[in-house]
Amino acid sequence: MTEHLTKDPYNIVITGVGGQGNVMASRVLSNMLVRKGFRVTIGETFGMSQRGGSVMSHIRVSPTAVWSPQIPKGMANLIVALEPIEAIRVLADYGNPSVKVLVNLRAIYPVGVITGEDEYPSEGKIRETVAALAAEARFLAATEEAIRLGNPILGNIVMIGAVSGLGVLPIDRELFETVIREWMPAARVEANLHAFAIGQAAVALKSPLPQREV
Amino acid sequence: MSMDREQKEGAEVLLMGNESIARGALEAGVRVAAGYPGTPSSEIIETLSRFSEAGKLYVEWSTNEKVAMEVAAAASFAGLRSLCVMKQNGVNVASDFLLHLTGSGTRGGMILVSCDDPGALSSVNEGESRHFARLMEIPLLEPADFWEAKEMTRWAFDLSEAIRNVVMVRSVTRMSHASGNVVLGPLPAVTAKAQFLCDGPVSDPDRGPVTSAPVIQKHRLQQEKLRKAAALFEDSPFNTYEGPETPELLIITSSACTLYSREAISLLRAEGRAGILKLGTTWPLPPALLKRHLRRTEKVLIVEEVLPFLEDQVKILAAEQAREIGIKTFYGKNDGTLPMVGELNPDLVAAAVGQILGIDPPAIPAEYREKLRALTAALPKREQTFCPGCPHRASFWGIREALQRDHRGGFVCGDIGCYAMASLFPAAGFHTAKTLHAMGSGTGIASGFGKLGPFGMEQPVLAVCGDSTFYHAAIPALINAVHQNADITFIALDNSGTAMTGFQSHPGLDVNAMGEASPKVDIAALCGAMGVPVTIGDPFDLIGTRVTLNRLLEEPGVKVLILKQSCALSPEKKVKKRFLVRVDEALCRGEACGCNRLCTRIFRCPGLLWNRERKKAEIDEVICAGCGFCAGICPAGAIRSEEAAK
Ligand code: SF4
Ligand code: SF4
Repeated sequence: MTEHLTKDPYNIVITGVGGQGNVMASRVLSNMLVRKGFRVTIGETFGMSQRGGSVMSHIRVSPTAVWSPQIPKGMANLIVALEPIEAIRVLADYGNPSVKVLVNLRAIYPVGVITGEDEYPSEGKIRETVAALAAEARFLAATEEAIRLGNPILGNIVMIGAVSGLGVLPIDRELFETVIREWMPAARVEANLHAFAIGQAAVALKSPLPQREV
Repeated sequence: MSMDREQKEGAEVLLMGNESIARGALEAGVRVAAGYPGTPSSEIIETLSRFSEAGKLYVEWSTNEKVAMEVAAAASFAGLRSLCVMKQNGVNVASDFLLHLTGSGTRGGMILVSCDDPGALSSVNEGESRHFARLMEIPLLEPADFWEAKEMTRWAFDLSEAIRNVVMVRSVTRMSHASGNVVLGPLPAVTAKAQFLCDGPVSDPDRGPVTSAPVIQKHRLQQEKLRKAAALFEDSPFNTYEGPETPELLIITSSACTLYSREAISLLRAEGRAGILKLGTTWPLPPALLKRHLRRTEKVLIVEEVLPFLEDQVKILAAEQAREIGIKTFYGKNDGTLPMVGELNPDLVAAAVGQILGIDPPAIPAEYREKLRALTAALPKREQTFCPGCPHRASFWGIREALQRDHRGGFVCGDIGCYAMASLFPAAGFHTAKTLHAMGSGTGIASGFGKLGPFGMEQPVLAVCGDSTFYHAAIPALINAVHQNADITFIALDNSGTAMTGFQSHPGLDVNAMGEASPKVDIAALCGAMGVPVTIGDPFDLIGTRVTLNRLLEEPGVKVLILKQSCALSPEKKVKKRFLVRVDEALCRGEACGCNRLCTRIFRCPGLLWNRERKKAEIDEVICAGCGFCAGICPAGAIRSEEAAK
């Protein structure tokens, strides 16, 4: 028995920068959905991901069919951005008036910004842009929360928790725990569960996490 | 997340295309698997190596693709099932052996898996390996989804044994690196003993010596095998049709393009008008099957990546059968309906189908599109560059300084690996690397340049080559340079691993693909044995590199410099910083630094920040890997490093 989706296929883009745990996030989420009985396709490009490039995973979820590993332009239902300007980059290609967007506010500067040649948009500008282009936009300080849990990489799990909190997919904490227990040493499970719960609560309560300077 | 030994038969799991191919080989009872790392193929051998076990499954990273294929062939000759794996251009490397192997035939089932990279997402070519199947006269299979990748690989072994020849399975990046649901099958208990029976006459395929001679007889036999494969393909479950009985448009497709075609029809709501003939057996095409489908339509669109391989074959069959099936209108690559370069996607296919059927693909509202355009322009790009603390950045900086002091317009012939970035993105290699072709070609090209002195060429010639690439293909080129007495400086960028593709083992390391201790082959000793001077240096020693290079550039003949320093991502380096580095603001010249702000604008290590407010350079402690190199480049000595406490 598979549960109901608002769209078939339901299209998710997880985006970020190499080293943020993007691939891990997309696999955790997809494995949860496979356990729910869905057909899932993940499309990834990670050939050069170690060297500072943008990394993007496309996830297609369907009760019945295998869909292409590339989402058609303008057809994302949910965008999960581990890095703020990557949210905007993905919106440019896959955005549409009904898309929902989750943004981790922690910026990772491209080399051009580091060297002072390019300018990185302000947090205010980022919020404004995403809000203007999305039907629903949520901003989280996921990396900061993860640092408090002891490891910035857990920001990706905070974001997966946020997806659960959004209530658009039939995934919950128990399911997350089952999946994570399978591929993590027991010692790391607790921190992951915490990270998930933080993200989930932040979105479900309709009040974003405390905002800090990023 | 990857397939592991614990997962049980019957479980439905999410597997990457490459993992699914590996699983198919395991379910077929593969005993020997060999390959050379290359994106997007590497995870197949990596997955199999986790299942390796003495006497059950032997897995190796070979020095190059040709050797990998030879290793796999030996297992087949000894009656075992074997697999060789490579990326598209690897098939070129293996092709000389393949030509002879397909003539001699095989015994135990043997599969060649080639993973192509349409769109060159992680390659410097978008070469198509499918043409090799035709050229070498062997059957070709192409999976169109993740589950099928496993089933097809498994069946390919049966086919290989049925026709006694190599079977080629071709994947693409969007199949190999995408994931989907796969139901696991049983892993058979394998017991066959390896034995090479070779005491019979040449004409005996089971007990004779294995060779492609006598050529004409063997070639004839090879073509009979191919006809047998075509006959089996006529009712292969890997060829399917979905759509109306008599479609207005018949799409003929294979591989990932099947998923794009399905998506295109769905986007256009053209289910009642267009049908998809999905082919899993793409060479040789089964003629009766094609005839049956071509008969039912007037218009045919062939959707494939990258060149019109299927398209050409379908047209030949259609011409041969024209009397029975009538005249068709063909759409595809040749008439420009679909682009002849780059990868396809659902949008490109939808546009093509829409154009033929007169349907507009769904569009997002104009007002939103306008908003998108206005709000998303001018995002800072993410430029690809060497990692913080990468020894290559330091090596190229040393080369840059040496060439600047040399004043004769010297240049570097580049090669394949992370350090190819020096040729691809001029800023990454500080404008020193000027050629980039196949594995090992930098050295071969340098060998040629190095003989142009008598033609008036005065520029010093350098070649760079990574450690894995050195063993793969640079050795013959270097020997050539030595023997021809070419004037070149050969620099081995030895970072102790195949960093680009994820640290696979190679002959310079003391561990093999199965994690066993294995003897290593020393680059310096090999070069020394060629009789040329060898210097070993540390790329992080800037002055040392520069002084050595300036000396070598003056000397005639072949000179070898080995710059040794492990990759910044290698496990031992990720643990701890070697130096604590900071910028002394009082000394930093800021905007007044040369005309360029040398450290941030030219050197560009991501660990160095330009602070716009203070107009000074700064170290980002989170990103800096602590290599300490940048302390040596600042003309004002403002970047300070001190050894980190142990
Ligand atoms: S992976 Fe290693 S070799 Fe490649 S760019 Fe990074 S540090 Fe350099
Ligand atoms: S020490 Fe300098 S060159 Fe090395 S990683 Fe840090 S910032 Fe980059």
